[in-house]
Formats: sequence, structure tokens, C-alpha cells
Amino acid sequence: MRRLPLALVGLCLALAGCGGDDDGREVVLLTHDSFAISKPVLRAFERETGLTLRILQGGDAGEALNRAQLTVGNPEGDVFFGVDNNLLSRALDGDLFEAYASPELERVNESYLLDEQHRVTPIDHGEVCLNIDRGWFASRGLDPPRGFDDLVTSRYRRLLVVQNPATSTPGLAFLLATIAQYGEDGWASWWRRLRENDVLVVDGWEEAYTARFSGASGSRGDRPIVVSYASSPPAEVVFAGRPLEEAPTAVVASTCFRQVELAGILRGARNEEGARKLIDFMLSPAFQADVPLSMFVFPVREGVRLPPEFERFAVVPARPLELSPQVIGANRDRWIREWTEIVLR
Amino acid sequence: MAVPAAFLALFFAFPFAAILERGLVGGGPTFDVLTSESTLRILWFTLWQAGASTALTLLLGLPLAWVIARFEFPGRSLVRALVLVPFVLPTVVVASAFLALLPEGLERGVVAILAAHVFFNVAVVVRIVGSWWGRLDPRLWEAAATLGAGPAQRLRAVTLPLLRPPLAAASALVFLFSFTSFGVILILGGPRYATLETEIYTQAVRLFDLRAAAALSLLQLGSVAIVLAVAGAIERRFGVVVPVARERDVARPPRGWERAALVTVLLLSGIALALPLTALVERSLATPNGYGLAFYRMLGKETPALLVPPWHAVLNSLAFAAAATVLAHLVGGSAAVAVARRRAGWLDALVMLPLGASAVMLGLGFVLAFDDPPLDLRASPWLVPVAQSLVAAPFVVRIVAPTLRSIDNRLREAAAVLGASPARVWREVDLPLALRAVGVAAGFAFAISLGEFGATVFIARSDWPTVPVAIFRFLGRPGAVNAGQAAALGVVLMVLTAVTVLLADRVTTVRRGTL
Repeated sequence: MRRLPLALVGLCLALAGCGGDDDGREVVLLTHDSFAISKPVLRAFERETGLTLRILQGGDAGEALNRAQLTVGNPEGDVFFGVDNNLLSRALDGDLFEAYASPELERVNESYLLDEQHRVTPIDHGEVCLNIDRGWFASRGLDPPRGFDDLVTSRYRRLLVVQNPATSTPGLAFLLATIAQYGEDGWASWWRRLRENDVLVVDGWEEAYTARFSGASGSRGDRPIVVSYASSPPAEVVFAGRPLEEAPTAVVASTCFRQVELAGILRGARNEEGARKLIDFMLSPAFQADVPLSMFVFPVREGVRLPPEFERFAVVPARPLELSPQVIGANRDRWIREWTEIVLR
Repeated sequence: MAVPAAFLALFFAFPFAAILERGLVGGGPTFDVLTSESTLRILWFTLWQAGASTALTLLLGLPLAWVIARFEFPGRSLVRALVLVPFVLPTVVVASAFLALLPEGLERGVVAILAAHVFFNVAVVVRIVGSWWGRLDPRLWEAAATLGAGPAQRLRAVTLPLLRPPLAAASALVFLFSFTSFGVILILGGPRYATLETEIYTQAVRLFDLRAAAALSLLQLGSVAIVLAVAGAIERRFGVVVPVARERDVARPPRGWERAALVTVLLLSGIALALPLTALVERSLATPNGYGLAFYRMLGKETPALLVPPWHAVLNSLAFAAAATVLAHLVGGSAAVAVARRRAGWLDALVMLPLGASAVMLGLGFVLAFDDPPLDLRASPWLVPVAQSLVAAPFVVRIVAPTLRSIDNRLREAAAVLGASPARVWREVDLPLALRAVGVAAGFAFAISLGEFGATVFIARSDWPTVPVAIFRFLGRPGAVNAGQAAALGVVLMVLTAVTVLLADRVTTVRRGTL
């Protein structure tokens, strides 16, 4: 029994030994759970730059941002990827990022540039839209909803499942979509009517889509309308496990709300030079062409060919609903509180 | 005593204090958070649902514990191992099975929450109470029967008093698990229900209000400390020296009415526990091209959902679980000895406290506290088994300490009189008698570590995912293939758990003590 404290000291040393290997050859990307990159693209980056890319996933978008905020000034990584326009104000107010204007930004449409000081760089966009189960509507001879107005009518009673905006990123985007649609004066009454129409509110995307939505493959859910992404129909095709002629689900294009995902160099990064190279790389044609099938989002770089599944099955809404990051930042927490009172209490 | 205290100070108190300090210092007074009406409502709901969950779990777990402990029947050791399977499954997997199985209208709300808590925690009662029950000398009941006591009177006058220590231990653990329950409340309760744990999460992660989160964490920790103090007092008050059976296994074939009781209990528990699991197996086999093993074969291939092929997660989980089991026994085992020998109640409570701490706050604390050399552990894979052993160590203490305490001290004195050194007394008296308990504890520690999600997801490196983390990543993506691979990994987790627990049971029951 005497030897145990010694073992504990040994353990601590071993732990510490595993801690820092910091020789400027490694660049660390702090990001959320949905981040993905294909192996060949990752290897190309490492070959071109001579750097090793270490990926640190810190929970969903909100959780990962929290970690970055907690460790501001002494960050866990060099680059943070995954803050979106809905949470951008929090990141900027928290003084998380160093400014960096990548030369690759020339090829990015200006509408994606959300910060004039270039503290954040747009990497991809994905729209949060209502998805419908096509088979469900076809078998009942009912027309799918065309927009928000339909959802509060009695024909679409008990058909919709949404996420709680207090706990879910797409849930927040959907709330913002209704605010963009109906304005500060109208959104609350729309939600009151939706509540009377028996909307189902769940905590996160996983439960809404995989357990409650009837259109997800293998699901026993009974709600044929769900809040998800514009890229969910092509994902259903790619991950069907067999060839499909048509996507089993479709997007209600008039309900789409734009989400832009951004990256930034963390203030106090150990490898700032590497961080810049990583940002440049994330805007390069190779990485941008990879994002549709690895993360199921759309590239921000112009002239990048979409994969055939996206060409055929994805809807890129011409004019998605939008709110400026400043407006969202100033009102987000109040809107969520009010929504909670209206829909949950 | 120094080992567990140092371990807990370094890996629990230090990071937890760091995050509390960040939240409370400079955040202004927190009194308003604690006395607000919504906090009081949440506290009340947290308390009563945990109490109700504990009572129901005891009610359903005790018959099964009785059957497994006292009777021989075919497949007994398998049943004993399978009981632990629900305990390790990720909540999101089980919850979706519950959603599909519970009748319309009951599938969300208090009924669903309580049902899920019973489903998850029944293993705690069955295994902790059962292993104790199985060691009791059957002649006690025979003597009582000879004196004219009927079954009900035997239960009241003999069995229950002797079972008080494991009942207190199991109740405390079930209460704590339900008290700090997270995924079950979120998914099966729906957004209208909140416990302290879910509220801390919302405040810390969604609203980034660390002041409120820290205040609520203190409230949660304080409530847990009170519960622990009460449970500890009950356990010490009723601590008993137990007449241990001479035989290794006192189980016998059931007779008469016992046969009907056994079949009923097994059948009902089987239905309740197996249905959600069967649904999972079915889903893992239902490929888009009919039933088959396609989803299992895919586990060997690269996927966009993970940085490594999914089977790596299985190896990682096994390695982490083995390391966490060893750590939990080093920490929990030495704490158990100290608790049992020196009556160090404070140490007992200290080891239990991590169970009452919010996983998300502890995770944030780890990120915050271990950020400077020489303790820059944020990228270290070691952090995973360390965090898991914090959750597992309380089980080791709760299971091993009452057993050690129940050993008749005269046995030790006799051995000492006969010339045995203290080390030899420990080896020849304490260890053989406690071995069964150590085995049960090892099974739990391994299973907890296999299934742990809340803290692991925060600190696991992306290139070192565990099985629950991998399941969660798959569930986060649309498409049949992702849902199917999540189900297949869930089944793999079930099988791993059952097999390792079977092995642990075998190893610790085959070896015979010297008594």
C-alpha cells in the first residue's frame, strides 16, 4: 500500500508528458462535433505545408464556442472553426480572434463577409429549412406546406416537430427565420397559433430528425415535417445504403434561413503562422469542394463544382431569410426567453 | 487515505473550484439566482423525481435481486450479467427506444422519466443488494422457519435488517444518478421539464451565464452532500456484522411456490429490460436491402462521421475502460479500506461527491484548470480514464466498504493471534471475503467507463473516440447508414458489457477463499 502515492506521482508525470508537444510543426483546429474532412484532403494540407493538423472537437457549436471563450488568451488550439452568424456577436464581444484577411477571400462572395475587420473568415454556408416526408404526403393525397402560413392551419395540425432554440442551433435558426418573416411584431402570435396547432418541441436535432420525423430512414417517428437543413435530402440519398432515384424528403424553400459558418485565428495561438495557412487552406478549392460530402454544407468559394448528389437533390434557396449578426446579437437572449414563455410555459 | 484524497483534490476539487471561481468571482452576488421561484421549482422537481425513481427502482429491483441471489436456474449468470447492459447504453439510444415503445401520451413526461430511470438503474439494486444477499447464511432462514416464522415474517425480521447496508448503498447511488440525470430528462421529459443538472447545462452552455451556472452547481453539490450525510448516517447506524455462508454459493433450486415466483419475476423483468434492447438489435440488422449484417461490416470502413474507422472506437473504449477500472480500484479501494477501518465518513462522502457534480461544469473545469505546463493535460488521452474513474470510484467504495465493515473483526484478531502479519491478515481474511464485492465493483467500474458520455465527450480527442461518442456522432447525421451504424455500435456496446461482466463474475467467484 505504501507504493501507491508514488504511482500517483508517476501517473501525473505520464499525464504531463502527454500534454504539450509544441514545436511549431503542429496546428490545432478547435471545432464542433459536426466537423469532418476527407483523408486525402487532410493529407494534401499536411504535405503542402509540412504541418500536422490536430483536430479538437469540443461538443456542438455552442459548447465548442464556450470552450474557446473560457480559455480566451490561452487557447486550446490555433484556429476555431464553427461559429455561425447566430452566435457571432458573442464571439466578437468575447474578443476571441486575431484579425486576418486571407488572400483567398477574393474568390468569396461579399455577402458572406460578416466582419469588416476580418476577425472571422467565412468557410461554408448551410440553410436551415423545413424538411418534409414526401412519401407521407403522397400517400395521404395532402399537399406539402408551402410556407410558414400553412403550418398554423388545421390541415397541418400535429405534423411539425421543431427544436428548442435554447438548446439547439437549428432550433434557434428556425426561430430567427420566423422573426425575419413576420417581424418583431408578428412572430409571437404566429408561434402562439403554432402551439395551439400542437407543434412538438424537442431538445435537439438528433431527436427531432432521427426519432420524431417520419421521413428519416429507420425512424418510427410520426411527424412528417421537421426543422433540418437544405442538405438533408442529398444526405438521405448518399447514406441510403442503396441507390435511390429520388430523395425521400424535400425542402420547403420559402422557410430557409441562412447560416454561415466562420473560422478565426484564436488570440494567443501558439502557431499563428500555421493558423494562417490553415485558414487559407480552408478557402482553397480542394477543401471547399470537400465540404458538401463531408459536412453536408455548401462552399462559399465561387466556381466550386458541387458533387452530383447535391446538383440533383439539394435546393439552394435563391433568397434565404436573413437577419444581421448585430440584430441577432442584440436580441437573441430576449427572443429565446420570450419564445420559452409563449411555447413552453 | 492519502491516495484517494490527493487524486480527488487534483482531478475533482481543483478543476471544479476553477470553474466555480470563474463564475462567481466578479459575477456579482448569486443569492438572487438561488432564491428565484424557478430555481425553487426546479429543485423541488429534481428532488421528488429522484426520490420516486429510487423507490420504484428498489421495488422492481429487489425481487430480481432475490431471485438471482437465492436460486439456481439455467442461465443465471447470464441474467446477472445482462442486467448491467441497460446501465451502459447511451441515453439517446435508450430514449429513442422508449419513445417508440411507450404508448402515445405517456411517451413524454414524468412517467417516461421514471420508467427510464428504473430501466437504467435496476442493475445497481440487483447487483449490489444481490451480491450481499447471496452471501448470507441460509441457516438463518431455516432457523426462523423452525421457530414458526412464515415467509412474510422472515422477510421482515431476518432479511430486511440484514440487507440494510447494501440497501442504503444502492439507494444512495440510484438517488444520485436520478438526481443528476441529464439525457433522460432532456429527451423523455421534453423541454418543459428541468432538473438542476439540465438547468446548469442550459445556463452554462447555451446562455453562457457562468454566474448562474456556478450558483446552481453549488446548490446541487450542497443538496447531494446533505443526501450523502443522511445516507451515511443510516448506514453507520445500521451497519451489521453479517453471518457469512460457508458455501461459495448458497443458491439452491426453487421449491413449491418459489418456482412460480421465480418464473414471474424473471418473465416480467425480462420483458421490461429486454424490449428496448431488442428494438435496438432489430434496428441494427434492418438494412435497406432486408435483414443483414451490412451495418456491422461498415464499422470497419472509413466514414465522414469520424476521423478514424468506427472499430477503433471499440478498441479505445476497451483500453480506456481497463485503465479507468484500475484507477477506480486504486482510488476507491484504498478509500474503502480507510472508510471501513477508520470510519472515515468524510472520505466516503468526498469520493461520492463527483457523482453529484454537474458533468458539463466539471468538463469546463478540466479545460480551464489544466491549461498550464506542467499540467497542460487538455490534449492528453489520459484525461478520459481519469474522468471516468471519478464516476466509477464511488461504486467501488459503496460496494467494497460495507463488505469490509461486515467482516467479523474476531476473524482478523484470530489470524493475528495465530501470528499473521497485518499484510497477511489482509490477504487471508479481508481479501477473500471481499473478493466477490471487488468483482461486482470491477464489473460496474468497467461498465460505467464503457458507457460514460457526459464527461468523455468533452475531453476525448477526436482521433480517440469512445463507442458512445462514436454513436453520438453517427446520430448527428441524417441517412439510413448513419442510423444503422449507430445501432450496430449500440449492440456492440451491449455485447462488450455482457461479456466483460460475465468474465469478472467468473474470475471472482471461481477462486475460493480459505474459510
